[in-house]
Amino acid sequence: MTTTPEKTDLVTVTIDGIQVTVPKDTLVIRAAEQVGVQIPRFCDHPLLAPVGACRQCLVEIPDAGNGRGMPKPQASCTIPVAEGMVVNTQITSAVADKAQQGQMEFLLINHPLDCPVCDKGGECPLQNQAMSNGRGESRFSATGGVKRTFPKPINISAQILLDRERCIVCQRCTRFASEIAGDPFIALVERGAQQQIGIAPDAPFLSYFSGNTIQICPVGALTSADYRFRSRPFDLVSTPSVAEHDACGSAIRVDHRRGKVMRRLAGNDPEVNEEWITDKDRFAFLYARQADRLTHPLVRDIDKADGSRGELRPASWPEAFAVAARGLAAARHGTEGGGSGVGVLTGGRLIAEDAYAYSKFARVVLGTNDIDFRARPHSEEEAAFLAAEVVLRMPVTYTDLEQASTVVLAGFEPEDEAGSVFLRLRKATAHHGTRVVALAPYTSRGLKKLDGRLVPTSAGAERDALLALADDAETGLDATSVILVGERLATVPGALTAAADLARTTGARLAWIPRRAGDRGALETGCLPNLLPGGRPVSDAAARVDAATAWGVASVPDRAGRDADGIIAAVAAGELSGLVVGGVEIDDLPDPAAAREALAAAQFVVSLELRETEVTRAADVVFPVAPVTDKAGMFVTWEGRPRTFDAVFANPGSLPDLRILAGIAEESGTSLGFRTVDEARRQMNEVGPWDGDRAPATPEPKIKQRRLARNKFWLASWKQMLDNGVMLHGDSALLATARPAVARVPQATYDVLAGATHVTLTGDRGAITLPVEPADLPDDTVWVPANNSGDGVLADLASPGSAVTVKAVKA
Amino acid sequence: MTDMLTPVLTANWGTDRSWTLEAYEAQGGYAALAKALKMKQDDVITAVKDSGLRGRGGAGFPTGLKWSFIPQDNPKPKYLVVNADESEPGTCKDIPLMMASPHTLVEGVIISSYAIRANHAFIYVRGEVLHVVRRLQAAVREAYAAGHLGKNIHGSGYDLDLVIHAGAGAYICGEETALLDSLEGRRGQPRLRPPFPAVAGLYASPTVINNVESIASVPSIIDKGADWFASMGTEKSKGYVIYSLSGHVKKPGQYEAPLGITLRELISLGGGMRQGHELKFWTPGGSSTPLLTAEHLDMPLDYEAVGAAGSMLGTRALQIFDETTCVVRAVLRWTEFYKHESCGKCTPCREGTWWLAQVLTRLEKGQGTEEDLDVLLDQCENILGRAFCALGDGATSPISSSIQHFRDEYLAHLTHGGCPFDPMTSTVFAQEGALA
Repeated sequence: MTTTPEKTDLVTVTIDGIQVTVPKDTLVIRAAEQVGVQIPRFCDHPLLAPVGACRQCLVEIPDAGNGRGMPKPQASCTIPVAEGMVVNTQITSAVADKAQQGQMEFLLINHPLDCPVCDKGGECPLQNQAMSNGRGESRFSATGGVKRTFPKPINISAQILLDRERCIVCQRCTRFASEIAGDPFIALVERGAQQQIGIAPDAPFLSYFSGNTIQICPVGALTSADYRFRSRPFDLVSTPSVAEHDACGSAIRVDHRRGKVMRRLAGNDPEVNEEWITDKDRFAFLYARQADRLTHPLVRDIDKADGSRGELRPASWPEAFAVAARGLAAARHGTEGGGSGVGVLTGGRLIAEDAYAYSKFARVVLGTNDIDFRARPHSEEEAAFLAAEVVLRMPVTYTDLEQASTVVLAGFEPEDEAGSVFLRLRKATAHHGTRVVALAPYTSRGLKKLDGRLVPTSAGAERDALLALADDAETGLDATSVILVGERLATVPGALTAAADLARTTGARLAWIPRRAGDRGALETGCLPNLLPGGRPVSDAAARVDAATAWGVASVPDRAGRDADGIIAAVAAGELSGLVVGGVEIDDLPDPAAAREALAAAQFVVSLELRETEVTRAADVVFPVAPVTDKAGMFVTWEGRPRTFDAVFANPGSLPDLRILAGIAEESGTSLGFRTVDEARRQMNEVGPWDGDRAPATPEPKIKQRRLARNKFWLASWKQMLDNGVMLHGDSALLATARPAVARVPQATYDVLAGATHVTLTGDRGAITLPVEPADLPDDTVWVPANNSGDGVLADLASPGSAVTVKAVKA
Repeated sequence: MTDMLTPVLTANWGTDRSWTLEAYEAQGGYAALAKALKMKQDDVITAVKDSGLRGRGGAGFPTGLKWSFIPQDNPKPKYLVVNADESEPGTCKDIPLMMASPHTLVEGVIISSYAIRANHAFIYVRGEVLHVVRRLQAAVREAYAAGHLGKNIHGSGYDLDLVIHAGAGAYICGEETALLDSLEGRRGQPRLRPPFPAVAGLYASPTVINNVESIASVPSIIDKGADWFASMGTEKSKGYVIYSLSGHVKKPGQYEAPLGITLRELISLGGGMRQGHELKFWTPGGSSTPLLTAEHLDMPLDYEAVGAAGSMLGTRALQIFDETTCVVRAVLRWTEFYKHESCGKCTPCREGTWWLAQVLTRLEKGQGTEEDLDVLLDQCENILGRAFCALGDGATSPISSSIQHFRDEYLAHLTHGGCPFDPMTSTVFAQEGALA
């Protein structure tokens, strides 16, 4: 959609004798930046509302634009420009300079000046500006001054530590918590020099976004348990990158020292994540350093005599390529009486170039469309929806969210599943009057913070709720509205079709938001049974010819492939004999038990993995792959925006998936035409997007009437941001800030539990026992977090949308 | 001599059980309300404007003008908030008024709320004075029972609810925007302006905030007329005010007289200085107004003249100190108050008062050097006009004015190796011979 840029009135002011024209309402401190004048500041932050608390940015205003001067120096962070205003900063005004020096002196009297042992030392706004706008010697100590002291750091959460002596109470952290994240668990307490940041008793600063406060703290008052005392900024090497934990594509900065990532910070990208990232993006990077990290290829010996499978043993890269190529060729062609063919399962960690390599490898080397990136509950309807409605399209951006009149969330919990989307929605609701309407089972904390309206929706009833929205005058969807659907909607027959129809009938724009970083890239590169790279439908002969031509092969397989469920069923049934698996956790798959069966039944399994998993243990050839730090790459955001990044480390022994697939292909006598990320990306660009007809929208699948047995509940579930996921391994401080695993039940059900603190939920795959809380759920629905206990609900309980029983547990 | 007094607000303080509705009405109380309710609201505002009444809380902003800033086309409710958070050292006028005659204030609140079309008014009382809170609550109960408050007051169709709110004892909450935050249930710290309270005050709605004495003056203006009120005082400072006289005078207390009276006259009304002692220094309007000396005895006490003398009329809290008082010690005590009461929001007040108190403590003990005086003055310069609100400015007033008038006394501490004064001699009991 094209938007007309807002007409802005311009205002001309004179700063230090230089005329500058800036938009109306610009603050003086930022207008000064336009003429190259940096006014020192602490409390000021461009994304936070002005407070004028630190008084560091005082300037002289001899003419406020009305011919009259302001009698006192003014805080330039709170004064908007006015036509004809004259501003003299520290550069040209002795009064401003003295005022600033005076504030700096005051700020330092109670500051410990422990820069040599402070984590912030070397990148500290207080340290830097004390040098540029302060005096060299302390008059405070010369007059015998005694500093106010506090016990050294206190925990305000398991992860965030507060050193109150260093704090200059600029309130950036408290303002972030209340204005941006909506988690006002930190606040000013006490007064005067004793004023400090504090938490309420037993209410720590639990926020998915708490780490941002550390980054915007202009002194070293806030540190993380993870990073405190680990390194000095001047020893670190910084690399801009993109976060790999969700589909938001948040800009980050990776700081490393001697081959190890020491910390990660938010990058600044106004179009995407602004200056904020989630705590997961910030702190969860130790997963790549765990003891079970794979370091060299492994192959399994087969006993020549009886053909029995032996143990995995280390192998050289050439040997592993050869064994894999041989084994896959054999599996592809099959054995007498056995199945033939190889299926490809990929996971969410893949960069787009790797996904492209899997996609091409399946078609060109394995001769199949049996490939699926959806290592989670999915459906045929979803694949058709992605091909018809999502691939190649970029209908909604972050900025569009801010400008939308109404945003409907369906099967999508932004705070847990896409943190940057949540923050942008919060900005939209707080500043632009956007209304959020959630088709969800209960009012989540995130929805409360968005001041959103709940359309109470039983698990599995999202289709009906979407159909009802079409004529819902209260919601009143139109062309200024946005519908955001999550990947979870795939499990509800008819829901994605209903969402697409709703968008069409109301004119609202529709965007699909997956959970994982690699998902949109995998969609664009054709890691689906019905799509080739660049959105080429498998069903379209012209598209197949186009792909084959681009690849220089005679043809690509013309039959739509199996999806992940189909591949697993076919392997288990002996119809397929081989598997190539990259980045898949068995317990994430729709039916973990079936996947285990398939893994055992497969004749030949090639696994490309970062760390040891159930798949690597069962595989015949295991290739260690490079973590995101060791390769350049690209993630595609939920919007469809490509986000490229460079490697942090140059590690020749650490190969991206695409290099390994290229090796196997070459060993099989086929070249993929690339060996590096750059070459793959170049080839992707050459193949380009499909400019022919899109896959047609498919009619709604047959909807089976659901019936709930007596005393049963529909199971609702999603993954909380911080859970037992493998990419959170190794960071105990971060995990300690996770939301606890609780089962939520309807109030009526809670009331009949008669004070029981726990409940046991029993489904067709097992039973789990969790603490219980009431919520405004429909009477027929219960909710549990998908992966905060045991092996997760898919393995331990039931598939979301199916029926479970709830029983009180007597203490 | 006593003909200089113009008891209006204090007129009924001496009557038996003056705080009751019965006693108040016996003296003609609530007649002004009846009169006001028959007037057009804008006419009430005009009357207050014409009277020349200026805010009695210290800044002296014209009250009627403040009321006329309330945008009447704003659909939000309008509020009247009375600032009864009297905490300035030396100021003791509102608390005695509310103790002696709470109905004067309540009547003023009703008339003022009517004028600005507020249906909800609040009196924010300093938390420590529980006795005053109770007395106000009792008065409000009486007023409701008598139909002065509530729905359809005396058949006028006008509704008003009045809430007495007790603060928690923070000096900063006397600052009007901090008061509003506190009243809303938040941490009391001053707000950024604009928006001004007249546009977005309490609950982001148009709000008038006035001092107790300002509002209490309104019934008399309505009752006796703007001209009567304006006939008192000086050209730009009209009307009568309560002067709180404290310290080394024979009869400290509240003296109600027109603006423009001199300190010499007030001291003689107070029975003169302590026997055998003479005036050394005094504050015209509480501790945050720069202190003055005997040379200012004949200066008219109105906004203009006191301002011209380099100080401020403030709350007309006249603290009188005779020659037995060590100015350094007095200033240190005040500074400790400001350090204790700094809300902490802005750097200069929070950190500056912390440092000022330390330097003054050393000087009082005779430690430090003459250069420390310059450091003190320089600190004051870095606070005055740099702080977020006027409370930071106030903290510097006693220091810079005392150094201006009594630099030698500071130096005497250094040469003497400590305070040259005997603090006992300045006490009340010294006079009474308790030390003998």
